[in-house]
Amino acid sequence: MLGLQILIDGFAVSALYGLGAVGFTLIFGVSGVLNLSHGAIMVTAATVAWALAERAGAYGGALGGLASAFLLSFVTYFAVVRPIQRSRSIPSEETEIFVLTGTLLWGIMIQVAIAYLATTSPHTVRPLISGVTVIGGVRTPTNEILTAALCWAAIGALTLLIERTRAGKALLAASVNPRGLTLLGFELERVHLLVWAIYGVLVGVAGVLLGAFLGASSDNVGTLTASAFSIVVLGGLGSVPGSLLAAYCIGYLETLTAYLVSPSLRNIPALILLVAVVWARPQGFLGRR
Amino acid sequence: MGSLLRSRLFWGSLAGLALAAAFPLVGGPYTIGVLIPAFYFAVFAMSWDLLFGFAGEVNFGPTFLIGLGAYGAGIVDARYGLGVPLSVAFGTALAVAGGVALALPALRLSGPYFGLVTLVAVLLLQQMVTVFADVSGGEIGLSLPDVLSIDDATNYYFALGFMALSGAALFALSRSPAGLILQACGQDPVEAQALGFNVAKHKLAAFVVSAFFSGLAGALLVFYYGTASPGTFIDIAVGVQIIIAAVLGGRRTIVGAVLGAVFLVVAGEVLRPLGQMSTFAVSAVALAVILLAPAGFLGTLLFRRGAA
Repeated sequence: MLGLQILIDGFAVSALYGLGAVGFTLIFGVSGVLNLSHGAIMVTAATVAWALAERAGAYGGALGGLASAFLLSFVTYFAVVRPIQRSRSIPSEETEIFVLTGTLLWGIMIQVAIAYLATTSPHTVRPLISGVTVIGGVRTPTNEILTAALCWAAIGALTLLIERTRAGKALLAASVNPRGLTLLGFELERVHLLVWAIYGVLVGVAGVLLGAFLGASSDNVGTLTASAFSIVVLGGLGSVPGSLLAAYCIGYLETLTAYLVSPSLRNIPALILLVAVVWARPQGFLGRR
Repeated sequence: MGSLLRSRLFWGSLAGLALAAAFPLVGGPYTIGVLIPAFYFAVFAMSWDLLFGFAGEVNFGPTFLIGLGAYGAGIVDARYGLGVPLSVAFGTALAVAGGVALALPALRLSGPYFGLVTLVAVLLLQQMVTVFADVSGGEIGLSLPDVLSIDDATNYYFALGFMALSGAALFALSRSPAGLILQACGQDPVEAQALGFNVAKHKLAAFVVSAFFSGLAGALLVFYYGTASPGTFIDIAVGVQIIIAAVLGGRRTIVGAVLGAVFLVVAGEVLRPLGQMSTFAVSAVALAVILLAPAGFLGTLLFRRGAA
């Protein structure tokens, strides 16, 4: 009984972690950017969805949240990331750290703005489906099942996009060898725009689902970014399947700890696993060196 | 030209110190109370700059070292009544030991991986403080039986003196032959190794020095406040502030970190009427500096004048 409960809850939480981390890893793989405003964009999507759901209903709210994350990801790219990448006064070997610092500051600005406009108390987005489904004797909110299903649908759509379409193959090529891609006549700028657009959608879906499943508050911004960062490093920077694998490891480890030991310790085993893996195998589960 | 630059920096720092020393004559107790933590904060930022600007390592966990120093000193004082000097020595030693324990595995990694391990170290330390709440005081905080001094002026000059000495030591180190090798290791580790320098050894030494000053400043700050809580010493937000201060003041300048730290603390205080939005304003200014003048306050100043 408890085992099944852990299995189900862990599955949903991990799917959510995975979706959140996939966008993060995609951006890194294709354009080498570690976007530390990730958590802030997720919480924005959740907060907008919550605020709009009052007037526009659950679906209107969810769409609004998605749109806000999409817009915000472009603002992040055009106002913060691209100016740093193009700046002549920043030496190229230091671009990475400047992007880290810049997106970190940008994330703090978003976080404070959310706290100012919508307070720091956690908001739970109205679920798209209400009600409870019984799976093998375990009462599970239907919304939890929908969350897992939607996460996997989004990840599946991403896989199709990358492997089956011309634009997606260009993305893949950019992550392997950007120089080669430009030599073949592709505009790298457009590839980057595409990846930020995909990122916006993924992070928007993840944010809205997170808000409906666990609730989201501007205080969570740092934790969300840190957990996406850890999952991505654990799985191997830039590897989408690696991130999913890592998301499931961390998701289940946390759920197990929360159920069997104590909810207040849920982060600790995952952190220790992370340090151990990074130490023994710095490239992560499926990362390239 | 190099020496001209250096001497201008030297005279500038001296003038700044003189101004700061004369400040209590005009400033009220409130402003003095704002500046004292800012001086310790400046030491945090300078030690971070040694790692970032010179060793080329992004340490996301400056508060791991600070927290070890602060809590190490606080706990032995509160539990065993060791008194201020011994407790500070213990806290500093703990921070150095923790720094070595963190750096040995972490320095095998580079770039984002190193950053992540240091970040995780902070999260783990914060969890430990909460889990062992009966020893550490947990989220509520630990109160100490001793303080440095109850006199504002004494605290002020002590903090200022400590900052000046730490700054001088770190600056001298960064301009010494060892500091130059460290800088080479940070900028091009492969070439530095090819020249016969032991990159790992120099980076480890930088980490130890950074841990020493961070831990010492943390331990002293704990005795200024008389309390320790995760929110003031360990929280990631504190680490972020330190990073912002160092980058804002000008990376690779050591002294610039002081400007950044004092600016951040004072700006936070001046903008306090804005409430939550003061953080927004400070972050926006910092972001603007990074985008428009990535060399930071001091870097821009020195570079422009030096070039002209």
